[in-house]
Amino acid sequence: MPSWLRFAPAVTIALLMLPVAAGLVAAILPAFGYFPALGGTHVSLAPLMNAASQPGILRSTVLAATTGLASTAIALLLTFTLLACLWDSKGMAAVRRLVAPLLSVPHAAAAVGLAFLIAPSGFFFRLVSPELSGWTRPPDLLIVNDLWGLSMIAGLVAKEMPFLLLMALAALPALHGTRRRMVMASLGYSRGAGFFVAIAPQLYRLIRLPVFAVLAYASSVADVAIVLGPTTPAPLAVRILEWSSDPDLSSRFMAAAGALIQVAVTLGALGIWVLGEKLVSRSWLYWTTSGRRSAGGPTLRLAGLALSLAPMITIALGLAILIVWSFAGAWRFPDTLPSSWSLRTWMQLGEGSVELARTTLWVALVPTLVAGLLVLGCLETEAATGRTGGNRALLILYLPLLVPQVSFLFGLQFLAIVLGADGRMISVMAAHMVFILPYMFLSIADPYRRFDGRVLTVASGLGLGFWRRLFQIRLPMMIGPILGMLAIGIAVSIGQYLPTLLIGAGRVPTLTTEAVALSAGGNRRALAVAATLQAVLPFVAFWIALAVPAFLARKRRGMQVR
Amino acid sequence: MKTVPATSNALKLDSVTISLNGRTLISLNASINPGEVLTVMGPSGSGKSTLLHALAGSLAPVFKLEGTVRMGTTDILTLQPETRCMGLLFQDPLLFPHLSVCGNLVIAIPRHTAKARAQRQALAEDALSAIGLEGYGPRDPATLSGGQAARVALQRTLLSQPRALLLDEPFSKLDVALRQEMRALVFDHARARNLPVILVTHDPEDAKAAGGEVFRLDQ
Repeated sequence: MPSWLRFAPAVTIALLMLPVAAGLVAAILPAFGYFPALGGTHVSLAPLMNAASQPGILRSTVLAATTGLASTAIALLLTFTLLACLWDSKGMAAVRRLVAPLLSVPHAAAAVGLAFLIAPSGFFFRLVSPELSGWTRPPDLLIVNDLWGLSMIAGLVAKEMPFLLLMALAALPALHGTRRRMVMASLGYSRGAGFFVAIAPQLYRLIRLPVFAVLAYASSVADVAIVLGPTTPAPLAVRILEWSSDPDLSSRFMAAAGALIQVAVTLGALGIWVLGEKLVSRSWLYWTTSGRRSAGGPTLRLAGLALSLAPMITIALGLAILIVWSFAGAWRFPDTLPSSWSLRTWMQLGEGSVELARTTLWVALVPTLVAGLLVLGCLETEAATGRTGGNRALLILYLPLLVPQVSFLFGLQFLAIVLGADGRMISVMAAHMVFILPYMFLSIADPYRRFDGRVLTVASGLGLGFWRRLFQIRLPMMIGPILGMLAIGIAVSIGQYLPTLLIGAGRVPTLTTEAVALSAGGNRRALAVAATLQAVLPFVAFWIALAVPAFLARKRRGMQVR
Repeated sequence: MKTVPATSNALKLDSVTISLNGRTLISLNASINPGEVLTVMGPSGSGKSTLLHALAGSLAPVFKLEGTVRMGTTDILTLQPETRCMGLLFQDPLLFPHLSVCGNLVIAIPRHTAKARAQRQALAEDALSAIGLEGYGPRDPATLSGGQAARVALQRTLLSQPRALLLDEPFSKLDVALRQEMRALVFDHARARNLPVILVTHDPEDAKAAGGEVFRLDQ
């Protein structure tokens, strides 16, 4: 292995840690009034006091924590329910196939889709109107943007469940499901009870970091909150965004204070979660040692299955409605489907959308390729040295996912403005890389480490050097996982709202920023077009990642995708 | 089939010691003459495969390797794995699944033997005929039977013009009839090309067929 490749881990670690650290510092300093570049020369508590005296700030703060905690808890519960119903059964394979495409749906598009379903003028109300409900006009109900953030919680659950499910599915083989199920069955435990007694505690331990990442994300999310969340007041992250876009300089300092408060809120939510873990593990022990062997009959199993599949079905349905809206001509309220179809919206928005899609793709492709090379460099170094970095490396990998995005991105925005790097595409690409790299690494690490090393030993015995072993043997044999990793990078990048908005300073518009911006307006069709496009791009990436290896493997049985 | 010029170099292991966390797993002095076989026997877990990985240059970094292994005047332990010319056979044929049968052979042919594509192709096809698999070139390696795949793996190794053969229980997954046939094939080729061979196995029959010195590892 060429020695310069050994720099890959160091570069990667720097790439993950430096932006987070620099961003946090650059948010903390102005939060205390100190940022000479913007005229803040005195340390003071004024920005924090300012933020604290904003109307509804307490409610914004509490909302951030409650929506985060509730959505994470529900998503985790539903994930475990689904696994309890299906583990070690044929249904599992079907779910496995569904997870990746669902995961590829960007948050914003999923949120918009959900809004189109549950709004008073949305699809669900149309389904029951006027026959069942008697409504001939949309009822005056506040469902989307409700005060308690319930629809926001629903949106987050629907989007986070596939992620948790993917992580759980990746962790399950380590727990030897089939053998354990046989043991539990021989002890008289039903499938569901067996899962909760014999699998769930260890499985949870294995996916704890991803759960924390979900909680950190959900308690500081901006795009889903803008589309679905309460508005008076909005959750904290949205308010930070509002303050930071205010041209008044003192608002910027206040926004920095908000970013600091957001860190505290997310830490607080994580603290509450850890307390909750203790409580649950105690009652878990009580329940699992009670000897109860059945987790309800088939009815309950069916109910659990329906409930836990609901979020995923909702996403799929939401996407379908997005597409319908984008092609809708006239569509009066109680009509279930449009009375006429038209290409007009697509035609009108065509050129602009193509431009947006192009920017979106560039901003996704470049960091994905760079991050892909870094990840492979790290894994090759790992293979050569036998050192995996262990838990510490894993924590560094999760760092950008555990610190609230809005907080350190806000600091990075300050730095970018000072350096004159804001509003440039390359800065946005760099910011995206921080967020896609962890997911890409996580997706490829296991297949890479599981690769049969004897194949490479044989290859080097045949006289193949490092690069030929890599490019003629290892990478072609791993074409499926490699393309999967790239697809995940592209999908995660396309979903990024905050980095694009904050680092791009509004001058690098993508489909994502466009969809979120349009969600506040009244033009449903235009919104549908932007959201549909935003959802389609990552889907195409995943499709390619599945189709190309399958095509290549059509005459190579040993390569078939499992 | 063309025979490659005999190397007539002995493989000399001089106080080769492999240890893990300070515990010695293997300590071995041996000289294997061209065409001869050293059989290393031991129960599973005794570290006998580790010895082959050390010679091939794919020893996991946790192990510590000392001593010298001479091939002529060079200490091969100082060379990169790909320049050691150690032909390896494992209990699985480990044909590259993304290449055709022919592709598996072509990739092994050194550039100095044949540069032109057609010439390399021809050499690979000759090698297939020599094991009774004419016309199997375009096939998917996954469609070969166990015996066919084992023979292709042997030819692949031989085409790379190794200076020694390292065999890691290469017969253990074959059924009895096939096993004898493969043993004969492998050892005949090794003798014909004057290759020193190290065979790692737990099967006494293998040792008998190899006919050389036997080194026993104890746990």
